[in-house]
Amino acid sequence: MSIDVIAEARRQTEICNACRYCEGFCSVFPALTRNKAFADGDITHLANLCHNCRGCYYSCQYTAPHEFALNFPAALAEVRQESWERHAWPRPFARLFHESGVAIAVVLVAGFALILGMLQTLHSGGGSGFYAYLAHGAMVALFLPAFLLPLASVAVSLRGYWQEIGGGSLRWRDLLGAGRSAARLKNLDGGQGQGCNFEQGDRYSDRRRWLHQTVLYGFLLCFAATSSGTVLHYAFDMQAPYGFFSLPKLLGVPGGILLTVGCAGLAWLKTQADPALGAVRVWGGEMAFVLLLGATGATGLALYLASGTAAVPVLLTIHLGTVLAFFLLLPFSKMVHGFYRFATLVAEEQKKAAVRDAQARP
Amino acid sequence: MNAMLSKNTWDIVVIGGGNAALCAAITASEAGARVLILESAPKTYRGGNSRHTRNFRCMHRGPLSVLTGSYGEDEYFDDLMLVTKGKTDEPLARLAIRSSEDCLPWMEAHGVRFQPSLSGTLSLSRTNAFFLGGGKALVNAYYNTAEDLGVTVAYDAEMTHVHLDGDRVTHLDARIGGETHRIAARAAVLASGGFQSDLDWLTRAWGPAAANFLIRGTPYNRGVVLRDMLDQGCESVGDPTQCHAVAIDGRAPKFDGGIVTRLDCVPFSVVVNRDGERFYDEGEDVWPKRYAIWGRLVAAQPDQVGYAIIDAKSIDLFMPSVFPPNRADTIEELGTQMGLDGARLAATVAAFNAACRPGTFHPTELDRLATVGLSPAKTNWARPLDTPPYYGYQLRPGVTFTYLGLKVSDSAQVHTAQGPVRNLWAAGEIMAGSILGQGYLAGFGMTIGTVFGRIAGREAAAHVN
Repeated sequence: MSIDVIAEARRQTEICNACRYCEGFCSVFPALTRNKAFADGDITHLANLCHNCRGCYYSCQYTAPHEFALNFPAALAEVRQESWERHAWPRPFARLFHESGVAIAVVLVAGFALILGMLQTLHSGGGSGFYAYLAHGAMVALFLPAFLLPLASVAVSLRGYWQEIGGGSLRWRDLLGAGRSAARLKNLDGGQGQGCNFEQGDRYSDRRRWLHQTVLYGFLLCFAATSSGTVLHYAFDMQAPYGFFSLPKLLGVPGGILLTVGCAGLAWLKTQADPALGAVRVWGGEMAFVLLLGATGATGLALYLASGTAAVPVLLTIHLGTVLAFFLLLPFSKMVHGFYRFATLVAEEQKKAAVRDAQARP
Repeated sequence: MNAMLSKNTWDIVVIGGGNAALCAAITASEAGARVLILESAPKTYRGGNSRHTRNFRCMHRGPLSVLTGSYGEDEYFDDLMLVTKGKTDEPLARLAIRSSEDCLPWMEAHGVRFQPSLSGTLSLSRTNAFFLGGGKALVNAYYNTAEDLGVTVAYDAEMTHVHLDGDRVTHLDARIGGETHRIAARAAVLASGGFQSDLDWLTRAWGPAAANFLIRGTPYNRGVVLRDMLDQGCESVGDPTQCHAVAIDGRAPKFDGGIVTRLDCVPFSVVVNRDGERFYDEGEDVWPKRYAIWGRLVAAQPDQVGYAIIDAKSIDLFMPSVFPPNRADTIEELGTQMGLDGARLAATVAAFNAACRPGTFHPTELDRLATVGLSPAKTNWARPLDTPPYYGYQLRPGVTFTYLGLKVSDSAQVHTAQGPVRNLWAAGEIMAGSILGQGYLAGFGMTIGTVFGRIAGREAAAHVN
């Protein structure tokens, strides 16, 4: 499997390297001009550098029915997907959840059931807000490992990946360069800010980049909200529920709205785009993941709006079950792309710097 | 759809679907005309040879968009004279050059995006504006603009006959979806390219060797419209027997190989023919100035094939090839691998090596590192082939375009011996022979197409309004 997708991507990469018309779209094409021959690790690096903007596909004079049959975004998507599954740990889960929306739904339902079971068996010792339904200690006992274990799994994966693509020791300037690129999602802007070719075929549109960043910043705000709650709880002994003018709410409410709106938008765009320009076999898993991520925001907002009503236990079950499923699936779902992408952007900064340094030497 | 095409009387029918056709259609549509484009290719192959282009040569008096410095009319014209050796219609050429400066902002306003010079083409950063994503991206942008303007496009629609009655076009016949349709139009623009993809025509014009030529561009430029107009007495320009050919990778597809099949290794090579003999100075000049003559050189060799041989010292000095080269540890083995007489090739290389002299090799400029006492000499970059592994590339002539075309006036109007055809214009490759009588200047085909496409669209719209 891995041999085939890499060989096909290498075939296409070599054609692109002899053409180079697409140099202005993204980082992939300038990166491939560094090589004349491509090792497996080079191909994996290029594949993870590709953000699937599809500009190269719609501009390509060699797409099928031409005998070269180029579909570079799809070839790289296959390699990228395979690299995430190959480096995932434990590996058998990866392919299942990446591919299958149904499997993701099963985990989600299991999450609901677990929370429901806890609500019914572990009665709280009289906390307030939703701690009235599930004690703070029980929540920590469940969510701390559900958060840390997946992160540990991702760390193991990234270590293997970093070795494969030839990453070096980390330097601030590379991290900064990668951060700048990720913060603006530079590789999805078509090279000139006109955007990518996704939901409108060969017409450019910047919607996907805006919606993706809506999700990204919404997610970061939600994460900051949760972190600030943790700090308030432990460092200042201020316990939930928090009022609207508190850090957790001021960060979390806009974050939840951005996350919900962004994911809904991305899911809609995905129904409009040509699936054959990505890794077709994971379409269902990707869609389920986007909806799951959006649901973490939407159910959180719903829970907040329902505070003090009889709907809280049901909404709490749904929200916590959703968040639990999201965390547990983190290493085995599309969510993992964020880690690989950032690592790749850092490695790309290193590789560019290495070329500059080599040229600067007399 | 197809019934609708023949039911209407169109203001303007544009025949062809590449750059010139689209510029004409957009210009005419913006002037208020109802326009139909007949593109003979299916949608996936629309755009003719414009799909394969990558830049636009543009006059400019100061920095303009992605172009640096300035490039004046006289310098541009001198560059043209150098390649055409004077075979050009000076007023038309100067019109194209002068108009090119206005074209670039017009192109941007109609969706074309430019980017700074591609890597390896810095020498063109002053004269040529590169399309972001290449010519197919330009073609897509124009089709989208045309669609937004309400232009109708019929794909798989081949014009079979333009009905001329005296000095007017009355209607056209076109084969669309296997049926012949009669299409009524008040004016027509011919922008359907040359005839290089009609191999029979090419063979009649050039001789039997043409059967071994590869066609670098679209298989849809069969010259049907050109033939039809010439048969009806329209005036022609350009040498009917000639085509522009460059030496490309011999393993390229018969059609549509495009840019990736080029090989830039010749200046660093020993080039031999089928019999293992050298036949021309591989180091005569820098490759951008010489690649065009190698098409003819190879075409003149037995079986129209050549073999470029290099050693490990030179493999990284030129753009990567789309197909990997043959590779062997000895010259003899390499020759055998490529179907040559290995011993003969080894002898040729040995004689070449013996004629090389010590000196400083400089890959990017004329280094005067020449052979001594060898015929033909290699006058630059002559280093012995002595470092294995050795690499070999097969070369074949790759036809870019043909020179025969329709003669037009400075308003792009088509003429017969009796005078202008009142409602017929031509633009692009089908009339480029007026200006490019010989040779080729990078990015100038797109200039001719854009300038005369816009003129044709403007004139046709003025005629029907």
